[in-house]
Amino acid sequence: MNKVKELPGEAIVTAAQTPSIGHSVRAYAERVRGGDMGALPAVLGLVVLCSVFAVARPSFLSPINFANLFTQGAAITVIAMGLVFVLLLGEIDLSAGFASGVCAAVLAVTLTSFGLPWYVCVLAAIVTGVVIGVVLGTLVAKVGIPSFVVTLAAFLAFQGLVLVLVDEGKNISIRNEVIVAVAGRNLPPWLGWALYAACVAIYAAVQLVRARRRAGRGLVADPLSLIAVRVGSLAVIAGLAVYVLNLERSRNPLLTSLTGVPIVVPVILALLVLWTFVLRRTAFGRHIYAVGGNAEAARRAGIAVDRIKVSAFVICSAMAAVGGIIAASRASSVDPNTGGSSVLLYAVGAAVIGGTSLFGGKGRVVDAILGGAVVAVIENGMALMGYGSSVKYLVTGSVLLLAAGVDALARKRAASAGLR
Amino acid sequence: MTPLLEVRGIDKSFGPVQVLHDVAFSAHAGEVTALVGDNGAGKSTLVKCVGGIYPIDSGEIVFDGRPVQVHGPRDAGELGIEIVYQDLALCDNLDIVQNMFLGRERRRGLVLDEASMEELAEQTLSGLSVRTVKSIRQQVSSLSGGQRQTVAIAKAVLWNSKVVILDEPTAALGVAQTAQVLELVRRLADKGLAVVLISHNMNDVFAVSDQIAALYLGRMAAQVRTADVTHAQVVELITSGRSGDLGIVP
Repeated sequence: MNKVKELPGEAIVTAAQTPSIGHSVRAYAERVRGGDMGALPAVLGLVVLCSVFAVARPSFLSPINFANLFTQGAAITVIAMGLVFVLLLGEIDLSAGFASGVCAAVLAVTLTSFGLPWYVCVLAAIVTGVVIGVVLGTLVAKVGIPSFVVTLAAFLAFQGLVLVLVDEGKNISIRNEVIVAVAGRNLPPWLGWALYAACVAIYAAVQLVRARRRAGRGLVADPLSLIAVRVGSLAVIAGLAVYVLNLERSRNPLLTSLTGVPIVVPVILALLVLWTFVLRRTAFGRHIYAVGGNAEAARRAGIAVDRIKVSAFVICSAMAAVGGIIAASRASSVDPNTGGSSVLLYAVGAAVIGGTSLFGGKGRVVDAILGGAVVAVIENGMALMGYGSSVKYLVTGSVLLLAAGVDALARKRAASAGLR
Repeated sequence: MTPLLEVRGIDKSFGPVQVLHDVAFSAHAGEVTALVGDNGAGKSTLVKCVGGIYPIDSGEIVFDGRPVQVHGPRDAGELGIEIVYQDLALCDNLDIVQNMFLGRERRRGLVLDEASMEELAEQTLSGLSVRTVKSIRQQVSSLSGGQRQTVAIAKAVLWNSKVVILDEPTAALGVAQTAQVLELVRRLADKGLAVVLISHNMNDVFAVSDQIAALYLGRMAAQVRTADVTHAQVVELITSGRSGDLGIVP
């Protein structure tokens, strides 16, 4: 048989080589050109939006508004983090918004009507989310109803369920200190800085240890310069944020002092670390990507596809419950509209704007945070500019469409680049 | 020499349609056995019976001299039988290492052991003298058809498998890539594996195989040594089930 000549330009990179930082930059540029843009559109969008609002309304940059952005976007961001799991499978959960409403109502009812301690109520809300997820996931994975239909039906049903739970439209106010503190209180400034230092140090340590271990085994490792850039930019951006949040933002500092990082920020960070770890470092996470990329290949590889699907819905609904708790905390009350109106679409928008693909197989938990920031900035900036709900809805709708369009075009481009 | 994999008297029906009639087939270690036949002759069905995807109605599968039961892909995998399907079964959104270990990831405690998976994948690919991939951390979506086929084959070899069954590995490939994959197929056999190659392409079959087994309408027409037959004889076996004194007795 005929011998094959080695194709030019396809030499293997020998393992011990450590690529230079220029190599990493070029590889990234190549990925972007090939249609794998990741978080780039969200970051650019965030920069553009912030500049526009900062110029038009200087109060956009005031410490109090900056802190507001976090509490405003928190619930949507957390729901979006859960949605990433469902979107990774190429499915959708349209009921996540009202699922968060149902869970918030469960929290409110157990707190006020039954007078249970707050941790029991939080647990009850999250368990409600898990049960919702099991039901939705089973209907999608085992029965085989398209997720669009299952969750659309659930969207309607949960709307009714919220009404039942809050007694046909009453407004249940929440007075529990701990629950209200989640979105309403701040960390003392020193604790904010301590947390910041710990986060940067742990991030740097994780990166360094991994690079050292890989280099020690003769595998391609990230160069020190790249790690320094990563850790450095995290330190600068997070440091700036902590500094601004620790500034006095009370209108009347003599009466009440208002400083510090809102408590939701470390809550979101903890969830980010947890789910990123699950997705990137465990076999379960790997299998989620595999099912989203090619369910048949995953099945043949012996992965229990149904079980993966059900667990993704469980994670999504449980995160919706956490989002509902944060929303209830921010409003200090639960009413039939909690988790309703635009919450779901903002959450889906956040995930997609951040770079999670609606076609499945591509996305990260951090995408939800970047996208959630974009959504929060739009909502907040538009309100500052004095536009009404009409313009806000129109702009958010357009941004969601734009993000989905970018996703679809990037996918097309990746397909054509992949065939080379 | 006893064959590594042997099937005897396999019958398989789907409802009223009998797809395999009393099929016998064997594959020896260190040899490439080509499985040929027209569309619908039962090649893929036979392979899927061996791989545990379909249960057999009757007959026996003998592996390494002892009769075995194959009830699912896991059983086949444990015996050391790996099938590389026509549609590759790779995940585009994962990289080469992730694909090779899909469903059988190595872990340390809860965490994936990326470093040792990467090392093993690297060793397997270099053991097969694969030099055409830039980095084993490349996403599969960026690979060419030949490279994908290479990854799929390497994935099958990774598990210390003894029998590798390739379902039309060159069907969608260009000339240079076909040659690449065929060279890899030959190398597998030279490493001592029993390779079963399903193919429609007579050139490929004669280029790499040691034996040829021809299926005709669900029956085994003949299994012969490649050196003993001509192109024309094999084509006759495929199209009419017999050629001279070879094949099914009418």
